[in-house]
Amino acid sequence: MASHLPVEPPAFFHRGPSPAARLVFFGLISIALLFLDARYKYLENVRQVVAVVLAPVQRAAALPGAAIAGVSDYFASKRALVAENEALRQRLADTGAKAQGALTAAQENERLRALLDIRSRSEAAAIAVAVLYTGRDAFQQKLVVDKGRDEGVVAGAAVVDADGIVGQVTRTYPQMSEVTLLTDKDHVIPVRFERNGVRAVMAGAGAGRAPELRFMPPSADVRVGDMLVTSGLDGTYPQGLAVARVATVERDTGQMFARITVTPVGGVDRSGELLVLGRAGELPPRPEEPAEAEPLRKIGRGKAARGG
Amino acid sequence: MALRLPSLAPADPNEVLRPVKPWFVALTLAVALLGNLLPLEGGALALRPDFLALTLLYWCIQAPRYVGVGVAWSMGLLMDVGDGTLFGQHALAYTLLAYGAEYFRRRVLRFPLWQQAVQVAALLAICAALVLFVRVFGGAPMPRLTYFAPVLVGALLWPALSVLLQLPQRPVRSAASL
Repeated sequence: MASHLPVEPPAFFHRGPSPAARLVFFGLISIALLFLDARYKYLENVRQVVAVVLAPVQRAAALPGAAIAGVSDYFASKRALVAENEALRQRLADTGAKAQGALTAAQENERLRALLDIRSRSEAAAIAVAVLYTGRDAFQQKLVVDKGRDEGVVAGAAVVDADGIVGQVTRTYPQMSEVTLLTDKDHVIPVRFERNGVRAVMAGAGAGRAPELRFMPPSADVRVGDMLVTSGLDGTYPQGLAVARVATVERDTGQMFARITVTPVGGVDRSGELLVLGRAGELPPRPEEPAEAEPLRKIGRGKAARGG
Repeated sequence: MALRLPSLAPADPNEVLRPVKPWFVALTLAVALLGNLLPLEGGALALRPDFLALTLLYWCIQAPRYVGVGVAWSMGLLMDVGDGTLFGQHALAYTLLAYGAEYFRRRVLRFPLWQQAVQVAALLAICAALVLFVRVFGGAPMPRLTYFAPVLVGALLWPALSVLLQLPQRPVRSAASL
């Protein structure tokens, strides 16, 4: 038997508790941790402490990938670069023209809002971030990006790419942050149909499944291809950002709600460069809900969407 | 005196190995942790075996004096933070793995490496299934079947990993002794 010379003392020299006792002990601690972390958010401080210990290892782990990316960048063909440059110029010209119009519109909007005495929307600063890696947990849809609390990223901030909303920052570390994607099962976002202004709630469904609109009556005015934008209702997401397009609508009058699936327009599973938007100003506190409205709370199931 | 490197073939079961050095155990665990934290994506991520679980398993079998349930549990906590998973998920899996190793260790070494790999696959699969159960019970969506791919890849890697981790313990024979 391939064993080592000084194996173990004989069984009557016991060293500490038996393996079974240890299994029970550590197993129970693990289950308690799981429960505490899933139900309550008591363990964030512990997580932050462990994260400090782990940070150097994570940085070391990122090195090979960065080196490979650097080398492949260096050897990228000139033609590819020229083509990309061309495309980007084109895009810049497009957005530049739109931005000109938007600037004028924004000023006009601001003036009108001032005239009507409506609370103005806060213009929040945005932070450009790069995706470090996709989340490794098979049960969640997450990204890890390269900027954290030190650069001013706050939990709850919306994350967008050039095409639309990608997700929301749900946890920050000093040097990096975790972004929960729109497609995560626990992610819920308040949206509005661009065509008719109908409000809805879009909930992710997990990896490989299309997010859906919850609680839409079968009679709702919904068409395939409709654009959904953020409604900004809960103050977490700024208003009017593109979120998704309606992909399928199943109306079954026997059911209470229509089954509507959507496709996110942002590069939820492909974008490498993202923008973390600042929080869109604090809303006044929510009025007390009467007790009988309790079941309705379920609508906002995702704690993330409430802005954690 | 010319030294020869130990051969790359697995050790003969009757060969007497040198004692395990604690620093080597710590180093391999750190490297395995690094391997788990590599920023992989897509297919590579789906296939990536849990290096840390394999290394822990190896040391739990070969060096139970240094690596046991407690060490496995704390490495699990590190992985939970590294992956941003629920606290305790990896910790629970590794705890069970370490206990399984404790249970298996007296017989698993009698088998040739490929048969060990089968048993390792069973252990890893039990751990993966446990994590699956805990998470789905907690309301997470059911992952796709590729969830179990790293178990197979890990088992396939087991023979290579065993030989590699055994190298420093193999006696280095001088030319004179042959």
